[in-house]
Amino acid sequence: MSTLKPVNQKAWLLVIPVVLCVAFSAILPLMTIVNYSVQDIISPERRVFVGTEWFRTVLRDGELHDALLRQLGFSLAVLAVEIPLGILLALSMPAKGWKASAVLVVIALSLLIPWNVVGTIWQIFGRTDIGLLGAALAGLGFDYNYTGSAVDAWVTVLVMDVWHWTPLVALLCYAGLRAIPDAYYQAAQIDGASRLAVFRYIQLPKLRGVLMIAVLLRFMDSFMIYTEPFVLTGGGPGNATTFLSQYLTQKAVGQFDLGPAAAFSIVYFLIILLMCFVLYNWMQRAGTAGSAGSEDMPHA
Amino acid sequence: MRDAQRRAAYGRAIFLVAYLVFAVLPIYWMLNMSFKSNEEIVSTLSLWPNDFTLDHYKTIFTDASWYSGYVNSMIYVAMNTVISITVALPAAYAFSRYRFIGDKHVFFWLLTNRMTPPAVFLLPFFQLYTTIGLMDTHLGVALAHLVFNVPLAVWILEGFMSGVPREIDETAYVDGYSFPRFFLTIFLPLIKAGVGVAAFFCFMFSWVELLLARTLTSVNAKPIVATMTRTVSASGMDWGVLAAAGVLTIVPGGIVIWFVRHYIAKGFAMGRV
Repeated sequence: MSTLKPVNQKAWLLVIPVVLCVAFSAILPLMTIVNYSVQDIISPERRVFVGTEWFRTVLRDGELHDALLRQLGFSLAVLAVEIPLGILLALSMPAKGWKASAVLVVIALSLLIPWNVVGTIWQIFGRTDIGLLGAALAGLGFDYNYTGSAVDAWVTVLVMDVWHWTPLVALLCYAGLRAIPDAYYQAAQIDGASRLAVFRYIQLPKLRGVLMIAVLLRFMDSFMIYTEPFVLTGGGPGNATTFLSQYLTQKAVGQFDLGPAAAFSIVYFLIILLMCFVLYNWMQRAGTAGSAGSEDMPHA
Repeated sequence: MRDAQRRAAYGRAIFLVAYLVFAVLPIYWMLNMSFKSNEEIVSTLSLWPNDFTLDHYKTIFTDASWYSGYVNSMIYVAMNTVISITVALPAAYAFSRYRFIGDKHVFFWLLTNRMTPPAVFLLPFFQLYTTIGLMDTHLGVALAHLVFNVPLAVWILEGFMSGVPREIDETAYVDGYSFPRFFLTIFLPLIKAGVGVAAFFCFMFSWVELLLARTLTSVNAKPIVATMTRTVSASGMDWGVLAAAGVLTIVPGGIVIWFVRHYIAKGFAMGRV
């Protein structure tokens, strides 16, 4: 199975359309941003080259460091909740029949709601006077107030994100699980493998590819989260839910500081890139260790 | 042993039902709101509309500025999904089957396009699309959304294709199949699940994206997500219409997932190969 792929330079012909499609909208804007980041744009006609000044400003910005820490905490919490929950959900979903169809459709619903609407729904849903969630929590005796308490706001944004995005993880894992041939399960049954062993040595290694997609997607998307918390809490109370994107937008739009905002964007992009690179390599290594383990499994 | 299995099955069923309730409640609340009058929404907590009204839906279906939003969104989302899958299929095949100069770099570069924080990139996008005359066109939005959908489609499809043993390709070539014929008649059916999942994700990400779609359109191609940001009227927020519009935004996606559910559920028939 793991024999090396053949080298074939003609494969480039199959890749070129994709490169053209993406480069069309990716290269020029990126170059423009790099261009902004080294200039002081006083007006469209008057620009001054400032070198790395904006980058130094950005890296010394204390508020930015706070926003970055909040963002890291939030993204890690998102991964810690959504990945296990999504796997568990995929394992619990029925494999076939009308139940499988119905569950799939219901689970996918939250993904299909535009992001600003998601924020709006939760804004009402969480209010103690007219929202079901808020009223239920208040009824249970909690002093819940997402507009006043920083902790409540943070948890509400997290729960909203879990509600919104866990289905993505679940759908990917579900598709991955369905792709495992029955023969594997039959072999495990003959070996008398426990459910946990089946998960550890058959399902988890086979899910490696889709899990990699799920983890990286959730990481990068949660790292750029903007619309939902903006609508729900507006970044408040205080700065409790002002994540990186929102801080950046305040800079770019609110203060018209195009130069620093562009420098900020590039730093932001590099942070995501670095984190994804680390995650990717770590998962690749963990994955190969995992599938090596599956080879050790005693076969009948 | 059998008891333990049954208990585990019960446990999974209870967990599933609990999650489904959690998944549905906020949507139920939106549906509930869409049938209430605005006064009722902001004044009382009611699990069921006290006086049931269809006015909000009537507003949407009779006002062109509302329903054309849905039409515009559907046009560019469909264009985007078709283009994404069409260009991603051959590329994903190349990545999953061959090594070539720069393959890993190109693959990772594609992914980095999903990592650009949108806020500041909006202005260069606006300038670029104005320059080439694609502002406020469906094609413009569809092309802009390719930036994040094509990498995703390539990525998902590559994963599914790598699961298909290479012997299948080799046998087909030995049997005298040309590449297009092999790809369309033998290979594609094997990765139906992947195509279904990829198409669904392309549809979804394009459908819910707000910032780019709003920036690149004004009137002719204005999407529903942008229309919905303007429901603040003189008398405050028009919650009812917003909720009704929200309910209607789920419908097209619901139909799409209904069609691809078999592809997702069946998986690909590798066991039989």
